[in-house]
Amino acid sequence: MTGPASAAPRTLPPAPPAGRAAPAATSSGVRATARLVARTDGRGGTCLPVLESDGPLALRRTRGDADEARVVLVGAMSGPLGGDRFAVRADVEEGARLRLTSAAATIALPGQAGGDARYDLRIRVGDGARLGWLPEPLISARGSDLRVTTRVDVAPTATLVLREEQVLGRVGEEPGRLSGRLVLRVGARLVLDQEVACGPGAPAGWDGPAVLAGHRALGQLLVVRPSFAEHPPEARLLGETASLVPLAGPAVLVTALAPDGLRLRRVLDAALAELG
Amino acid sequence: MTKAALLVLADGRFPAGGHAHSGGAEAAVRAGRITGSADLEDFCRGRLHTAGLVAAALAAAAALGADPVALDEAADARTPSPALRGTARRLGRQLLRAARSAWPDAGLDALARTFPKGAHQPVVLGVTARAAGLDARDAAYCAAYESVSGPATAVVRLLSLDPFDATGVLARTAGEVDRVTDRAVAAARTALTEGVEALPAASAPLLEIGAEAHAARPTRLFAS
Amino acid sequence: MHLDHSDPHAPAAVGADARRPDGRRRALRIGLGGPVGSGKTATVAALCRELRDEFALAVVTNDIYTREDAEFLLREAVLPPERIAAVETGACPHTAIRDDISANLEAVEDLEDAVGPLDLVLVESGGDNLTATFSKGLVDAQVFVIDVAGGDDIPRKGGPGVTTADLLVVNKTDLAPYVGSDLARMAADAKAQRAELPVVLQSLRAGSGVRDVAAWVRGRLAAWTA
Repeated sequence: MTGPASAAPRTLPPAPPAGRAAPAATSSGVRATARLVARTDGRGGTCLPVLESDGPLALRRTRGDADEARVVLVGAMSGPLGGDRFAVRADVEEGARLRLTSAAATIALPGQAGGDARYDLRIRVGDGARLGWLPEPLISARGSDLRVTTRVDVAPTATLVLREEQVLGRVGEEPGRLSGRLVLRVGARLVLDQEVACGPGAPAGWDGPAVLAGHRALGQLLVVRPSFAEHPPEARLLGETASLVPLAGPAVLVTALAPDGLRLRRVLDAALAELG
Repeated sequence: MTKAALLVLADGRFPAGGHAHSGGAEAAVRAGRITGSADLEDFCRGRLHTAGLVAAALAAAAALGADPVALDEAADARTPSPALRGTARRLGRQLLRAARSAWPDAGLDALARTFPKGAHQPVVLGVTARAAGLDARDAAYCAAYESVSGPATAVVRLLSLDPFDATGVLARTAGEVDRVTDRAVAAARTALTEGVEALPAASAPLLEIGAEAHAARPTRLFAS
Repeated sequence: MHLDHSDPHAPAAVGADARRPDGRRRALRIGLGGPVGSGKTATVAALCRELRDEFALAVVTNDIYTREDAEFLLREAVLPPERIAAVETGACPHTAIRDDISANLEAVEDLEDAVGPLDLVLVESGGDNLTATFSKGLVDAQVFVIDVAGGDDIPRKGGPGVTTADLLVVNKTDLAPYVGSDLARMAADAKAQRAELPVVLQSLRAGSGVRDVAAWVRGRLAAWTA
């Protein structure tokens, strides 16, 4: 079993794009932008004045804690497929508390429209706000070509816990092409900007001893916390292919490689339990 | 000014501290990921297209006159490993010393004043190229080539690899060094108008993790 | 070349300059080199004990594979830890003291910044071969340490270390009878190779010689500050 259990129910092969007549379907793929705003409700809780699903990107509010709103991102169709343009905009305003998860893994698939797919996440976390962004993994299926961009702007007094996991190929499958860029700003300062590109067509050496060395699951846990400015955790290894490092700012990054998604999650969960 | 200045700057014997660093190769050798020249070649390609590309673009941007402080912050953000950030600054400081002796220049003096403990090495490399009368492409070439020549030289010592095999790796990756240099220069030109986010941010997880493993080792041959 | 003249606020570029950027005279730097196991670190430790009450001093070690030399000095507590810095040499100890001295210069300058002003910095090389000498850009004077157990023909063979070092120390003289080394012959050969340059026969175990080395260092310090 390569991916987490939640990825299993996805059918193979993908449904043809013809059946996806949803919102802004064009000849080149689906365009969809989901939007979310979390705001304090004035009674110590968090409300969601904006919760807009769009086509394949469905946002569902679930029962949360007293002070924390919870949202689940549900993939209403397969994809992203080649040519699709997905986006999520999330704004956690001053003092609000939000935890976002997803119902299942996202599987990047090839599409008839051809070309690459884009998944663009823009996240803002305001003063004193707290966001946990903990979706299920992204699985890069054979023949797919997806570029994910995650841009996060965090106020210096805010807290963020963000997890990203990429699994290269379903069980026993060659991966597609996948590139992910993660950009973090804390206040005005650029704290993290990194891109990982892998799969067929990626620059040479991506699976070699400097980059992935045959590992098929790659994950990151990014934690921003105001107290890290004064007291950053010390860099250390979490096993042979994972490290926890303080960034050049009030943030910590866990980078982990594993043979599969399950073992990757174990490493990230252990780090999350400690840092989250 | 003369193009031969590029040979001076790119010479492995240029006294800027590079000889004590393996570019992550020692960590990869210790982890069993490099055992011979085929692995070395794969390692060099991976490093060239990630850390090498980023360094080449930073160097090119600095040579074009982009603000070194903004570039240094961009370099920090592209280097999650604190061990690698420390290495980059130490090597930057060592290069700056050698550069100021070789090509006295107000831009280099200013850089020394702004970063008394060192700026990221590629940023210093770009400002040095400028001081030496070289252009952005020359600076990018130095950085890209250094990203493969450092590990190749180190693995000769680490594995007693046949030096002809190691040089063969450098010869075979030369075409890719050209392409990485082209990409780096194009990105650096874009960054002049669009800001540092236009610079590549390609990363290599095992270089980052390996650098921390290496820094924690009590015994090692190379500093990084 | 005095680049600090072009920008008085920038750090100096060149290590051989006798002045620090603020205009004060920098510390005298003395290098100690020699083959593996000849007793460089033990000599450095003994010198620290002899001189630490008279002078502000610090040590830079150049370890080949580990931080063992630095850690030996720490263990022996010859100096507080902030006065000892270790430089890593990438499998080439002679490169770090001769061909590319940038890491050592930075270590020396950082020590002066952190715990200075200093009178004296001892720079100990990693154990190397008989040709390894210090660059004049890094040190003002150098000591070459050999020992009787390494073979009593070393002074006769010569080489840059034996011939040109400002002071030659023949160490472990107490072992000479056990390893069949002819001390008189070593001294005569050294004299022939070195003309007027001084030689000290030293046995740290027997407590002889190190005072002569310390006296030589005092002489260099007096000349440096004159």
